[in-house]
Amino acid sequence: MELTRRDAVAALSALGVGGTLAGCVTPPGSEPVDVDRLHETLVAAAEVVYPSRVSGIDPFVAAFLEGRLADRAHIEGLEGAVTELDENARVWFDDGFTALSVADREQVLRNVGADEADEDPSGTASERVRYYVVNDLLLALYASPTGGELVGLENPQGHAGGTGSYQRGPNA
Amino acid sequence: MSWDRPPAGSAAPTTDDADRTPVRDADVCVIGAGPAGGIVADRLAEAGREVVILEAGPRFDPDDRLARQERAIRPAYDRPDVWDGDPERDAYESTGERFYPLNHARARGVGGSTLHWQGMVMRLHEDDFASESARGVGADWPIDYDDLRPYYAAAERELGVAGADDNPFAPPREQPHPMPAFPPSYSDSLFAEACDELEIAMHSVPNARNSEGYDDRSACVGYGTCQPVCPSGAKYDATVHVERAEQRGATVIDRAPVQRLEHGPDAIEAAVYATPDDERHRQSADAFVIACGGVETPRLLLLSESSHYPDGLANSSGLVGRYFMDHLFAGTGGVLDEPTRQNHVGFLTSESHQFYDEADAEQAPFKLEFFNYDGPSPVGMALSSDGADWGDDLLAELRSAYGTHIGMGGLVEQLPRKDSYVGLDPSTTDDHGNPVPDVHWTVGDRALETIERVNEIQERILAELGAEITWQAGPEGTGPAYHHMGTTRMGSEPAESVVGPDLRTHDLENCWIASSSVFPTGGAMNPTLTIAALALKAADHVLEAA
Repeated sequence: MELTRRDAVAALSALGVGGTLAGCVTPPGSEPVDVDRLHETLVAAAEVVYPSRVSGIDPFVAAFLEGRLADRAHIEGLEGAVTELDENARVWFDDGFTALSVADREQVLRNVGADEADEDPSGTASERVRYYVVNDLLLALYASPTGGELVGLENPQGHAGGTGSYQRGPNA
Repeated sequence: MSWDRPPAGSAAPTTDDADRTPVRDADVCVIGAGPAGGIVADRLAEAGREVVILEAGPRFDPDDRLARQERAIRPAYDRPDVWDGDPERDAYESTGERFYPLNHARARGVGGSTLHWQGMVMRLHEDDFASESARGVGADWPIDYDDLRPYYAAAERELGVAGADDNPFAPPREQPHPMPAFPPSYSDSLFAEACDELEIAMHSVPNARNSEGYDDRSACVGYGTCQPVCPSGAKYDATVHVERAEQRGATVIDRAPVQRLEHGPDAIEAAVYATPDDERHRQSADAFVIACGGVETPRLLLLSESSHYPDGLANSSGLVGRYFMDHLFAGTGGVLDEPTRQNHVGFLTSESHQFYDEADAEQAPFKLEFFNYDGPSPVGMALSSDGADWGDDLLAELRSAYGTHIGMGGLVEQLPRKDSYVGLDPSTTDDHGNPVPDVHWTVGDRALETIERVNEIQERILAELGAEITWQAGPEGTGPAYHHMGTTRMGSEPAESVVGPDLRTHDLENCWIASSSVFPTGGAMNPTLTIAALALKAADHVLEAA
């Protein structure tokens, strides 16, 4: 099932940002941010944490990352989580996270403990990776129409999908 | 580019260099910027009065609402975090027979608890105003339904209520609701078949939520997080009235918790409040309206004790803080072997008040609710660290967990009891050194036995549906509905009540209370419409007096 522009807008809404999908982003703050690195890492992680039937991940991730860049503190947290993934990947696989196979990327996520950690933006490395990478991606997906439809709910919590669907039956 | 709204971690109260010095020559000082305070202030400002509102909490930026919604969904944030709860500022004790989760039950700031409320707005029934006379228990209000009826109609217009005239059990009304009711849900239609068989009537729910554009606010867009935050503004909250009052000339001073009320024997002279930089100011006014809800209102009066009022201000009766009440929740849910279409929206569309007026000395009034959001929300479940981690396994788990849940709730009245109270705990202090409120919540047998009756009806309906019951909130598992009532009760006799039927304290000639704290009994209807109606009535009495 392909993630669409509508999903990206919905994800931005659920993630607390809004705007268009066009144009470039200059994060606030004086320190430069390697946006490409963040984008590529999130796409690489999404290929692990999203169901295999989901396609269109790259532009979807780019869109919601663009919204996240508006907040410096969030981006610094994401940068830290990405660094954790890269460092673990180099220790165990002698390469950066994005260069690994999907299976090895999954192993890195497990190595850092993101599979069992509760999310916490100011917690341990495991908890921060869970917050800034795994759960940000899962929130973006499952609060979008496509993510909701995968589960059987076309207007998931966090998506402003109107007041029609709650009235409809399963075969409507 | 318009990426102007930050993620969850960045939502914060507005910070400013606002002038927090007192307003000169104020006619009325309103304490509390929730629905009661907002409505009173709006009415008085409209009438040309110089009004100042003192609010303990902050003003929130409306552009942060999507970020706050993210907090509501993400497990990293607890419920009080959604509206910047401050554990030091909001410290409290709970010493009753049942724990009372006060900071899950309230939001502090401009808008008050309507920021996080569900938005259900029913009128109390006629017998709710005459519990002692009609049911043989509780207390009679000093006013009746007819006294409040025009105020109810006005309150429905003020809040913007979507409702229908399809409830045969509701008290009489002359005018339609300001907006049409939300149509029933798909799961309502499943319930309807079962209820038809059992001869239980269903009807619509009056919602303070726009079913169409109203009062320059949009129609509901279905975000599904009504409780605790509506990003679209379709759900009424008291910022509507506070902002309107400001447009009419009222002054709002936020982050200004009132420390005590300076007074003489017969009148309040000034409200002493703190500011964020810990200065103290003294706001004088001709009249004072206390609108801090069912917990902070009695607390402020108790904190304002003096040699003339050694047990607390306006407390000659000894009843300030006494008769603390909430509604008890009763619920039952399960799963069907067919889709039930839950969690598309965060509000209810059907209820049954059929059994409400069967109430007597043994059975409390209660209402039945038909849920539209029973069972897990997939996005919330996806973010939990329990179960499958991610990928296809997580999706399979979500598909298995979502889709067939169905559930019912209900609210049950608890009687006013003197041993259920809000007091002060001098052993614990807040961020300004004041004793914190001690919520000593006690629930009587009538309510608990009625919960059993509610559960029985819910079980019958779910059995008729063919549901496998998977959860129940009965007498042991019940909890409060977060409706604080009764702690400055209204009555005609000064020895038996704190305020009179005009909402003015018996002891002080220039002090009114606009709050659910004046309810002598609670009925089983969500209280905010009655709070709003009483606030409008209080405003009229303030104007009559000055």
